Amino acid sequence: MSRSPESRPVPGGETAPVIELAGVNKWFGDLHVLRDVSLRVHPGERVVVCGPSGSGKSTMIRCVNRLEKHQSGRIVVDGVELTDRTEDIRAVRRGVGMVFQQFNLFPHLTVLQNLTLAPMRALGLSRSDAEARARQYLERVRIPEQAEKFPRQLSGGQQQRVAIARSLCMEPKIMLFDEPTSALDPEMIAEVLDTMIELADNGMTMVCVTHEMGFARRVADQVVFMDAGRIVEHAPPAKFFSAPEHERTRLFLGQILSH
Amino acid sequence: MHRIRAGFVIALCAFLGGCASSEKWGWYVISPTTRQGRVNIEFLLSGVGWTIALTVCCVALSIVLGFVLFLPRIPGNRWLDALNRAVVELLRSIPPLVSILWVYYGLPVLTGIDLGPFVSGMVALSLYGAAFMAEIYRGGVQSIERGQFEAADSLALSTFDKMRYVIFPQALRRSLPAMGNQFVIILKMSSLVSVIGLTEVVRRANELAVTEYRPLEIYTFLVLEYLVLVLLLSAGVRWVERRLGADEGGAASPVGRAE
Repeated sequence: MSRSPESRPVPGGETAPVIELAGVNKWFGDLHVLRDVSLRVHPGERVVVCGPSGSGKSTMIRCVNRLEKHQSGRIVVDGVELTDRTEDIRAVRRGVGMVFQQFNLFPHLTVLQNLTLAPMRALGLSRSDAEARARQYLERVRIPEQAEKFPRQLSGGQQQRVAIARSLCMEPKIMLFDEPTSALDPEMIAEVLDTMIELADNGMTMVCVTHEMGFARRVADQVVFMDAGRIVEHAPPAKFFSAPEHERTRLFLGQILSH
Repeated sequence: MHRIRAGFVIALCAFLGGCASSEKWGWYVISPTTRQGRVNIEFLLSGVGWTIALTVCCVALSIVLGFVLFLPRIPGNRWLDALNRAVVELLRSIPPLVSILWVYYGLPVLTGIDLGPFVSGMVALSLYGAAFMAEIYRGGVQSIERGQFEAADSLALSTFDKMRYVIFPQALRRSLPAMGNQFVIILKMSSLVSVIGLTEVVRRANELAVTEYRPLEIYTFLVLEYLVLVLLLSAGVRWVERRLGADEGGAASPVGRAE
């Protein structure tokens, strides 16, 4: 399946979606955190998910690689429906990278070891292949000189770029970003966003939970606004930012864009 | 650290000097200047080998058995957890002296196999130590941030690889201080095996005390023997801690942080 920008299908076009959520519900105890969430992401599309905290946006993308279990509805990722089958879950995870708010690098391993562990253990690459691949992606996130360092010796922005490179080393079809810039100092946000924009320009299918509306405007094909576990607004960025349909969205945008 | 140790040695010398001048003390019994004194010292020290052998075996076995005891906790299964808790509680609730007596005197009646004092002591103390080690491992694993598990999961690592390469190495480092503490306890508990006739340091001291009628000097010597052994053991644990801590590039490492 080609992922080059030229052949990117029009949202809602002919191609089968690579991520499909249909009527997904999830509860944490009595708390109904996802309510009938439905979303389709096609290959090469970039979806930005925003919403107030507690709106279920992180929970939704964490359901896509089964870090959270949904309780009803269907989630199909790259043709595989997510159920309790461990083998299916691992297969899906091999093709879905995830970047976390807190980086979650492995502190006891060097940058290079962070990048080679999963390709060697989960994809079966040889050490030399995995290292070659790791150096290639470190180059791509512009920190090739940090390979032998430990995560704690890097700045937050560098750590997040290592985390992105670590996911890319699995050569995933889809990248999920869970508030990747929320834990960063302002001056480091740009370097991480630049890396993400570059990824988007190369045709990666991305779902990003973020409040970086400049990023959303620049790269998103669809912007999704969630509130209280529901998808309230779902539109291309031009429409989303200029003429949102729902009052709740306008209120949110007013708050987030006013400063 | 060095200053504390030096102060400790000075205080000890002052104490022993005071003892030497008092009429209540009769150091001749273990004086290295007389032939009989040297024979007695040699007799007392002849127990050190058994004490060390028993401690090393018990430490090694409790590390391994403790891990085996801990393993059922990993899947987070309710029944396995309950089973594990029951076993740990049972092992922890038997006083080590009682379990030594039971294994040495009781087990042969049941099985017809006479294990002898060394193996009996080893079995009893290792099981006792293993129960505590299992809890130490559990605490270590529980102390690892959820993000580490999630990062490993999102990279499609199997449960085995996740624990082997990501969780255990970090948990082990955090467990080391508690493990060191447990090793010291095992070393001291090896003294209990003297009651079933293993000729370790306590047994030797008892034997000499009843022939020489000089319990004060002989048991003081015994105290010093344990002191030296415990200090050596603690130094060993600290050495391992430094070795492992250095890999983390963090707190214990001489390498500074980037920020």
